[in-house]
Amino acid sequence: MTLERIPILRMGRVLLVSIQIEMSDHVALALQDDLTARIADQGAAGVLIDISALTMVDSFIGRTIANIAKMASIMNAPTVLVGMQPAVAITVVELGVPLAGVRTALDVDRGMKLLESLCAEREASGNA
Amino acid sequence: MATRDDMSVVKRDTVALQTESDVVRARQTVRSWAQDIGFTLVDTTKLVTAASELARNTFDHGGGGEMQLELHDQGDRRGLRLVFVDHGPGIADIDLAMRDGFTTGKGMGMGLGGSRRLVNEFEIESQLAVGTRVAITRWRT
Repeated sequence: MTLERIPILRMGRVLLVSIQIEMSDHVALALQDDLTARIADQGAAGVLIDISALTMVDSFIGRTIANIAKMASIMNAPTVLVGMQPAVAITVVELGVPLAGVRTALDVDRGMKLLESLCAEREASGNA
Repeated sequence: MATRDDMSVVKRDTVALQTESDVVRARQTVRSWAQDIGFTLVDTTKLVTAASELARNTFDHGGGGEMQLELHDQGDRRGLRLVFVDHGPGIADIDLAMRDGFTTGKGMGMGLGGSRRLVNEFEIESQLAVGTRVAITRWRT
């Protein structure tokens, strides 16, 4: 079994994940574990996941991404998924992967802005 | 299932599906073949995604097996046919297994039904205690 892992970077109060390697099921599950642990350890305010380098999202990878977003949000860290390639978006919809509950943005820039506004909302509601 | 249209096969190869990294290798092989014969990016992505679903099934549910790749030339159309073969427990109720949301494993049950939507042709054959064979074809657009 490979020990490949996806790095999680900290940028201010936000955790940044850019998936640059081929996602085997093992890598996807390791990311889920690592990210939830980091959110808890560092009290991250939000998570940004960049999938612009992913050339394929199948049902398992899609489900894992959706789960990560759900887990992060119940840990009070909103998650934004950015950079999905158009061919991947078309395929994911036809395949029927339920990513509908996941917040998305076109690119990292827009994703960071969305995340900042989500974090501000959260603070305004006294939930931070 | 007899290999249909044997005459039109111009190239073939086999990828073993015995480990999780073989699933990744299967995706990469399908991508490279699809690109070589001029599939569009969307067609390539659909076929690679369908292959990933079925390769995972072969590995997870079928206890491992193989993927056979065939490049078909039929008159003026060209396509890729992928056949996933395992000698696992087989599928008791194929109609049920094809339904979205049906799962016996760790997936979410989009594998069979979902991959059928991503290809032009889909054939499945399964026998309890003998194994399962799924063949998909996508033609170049």
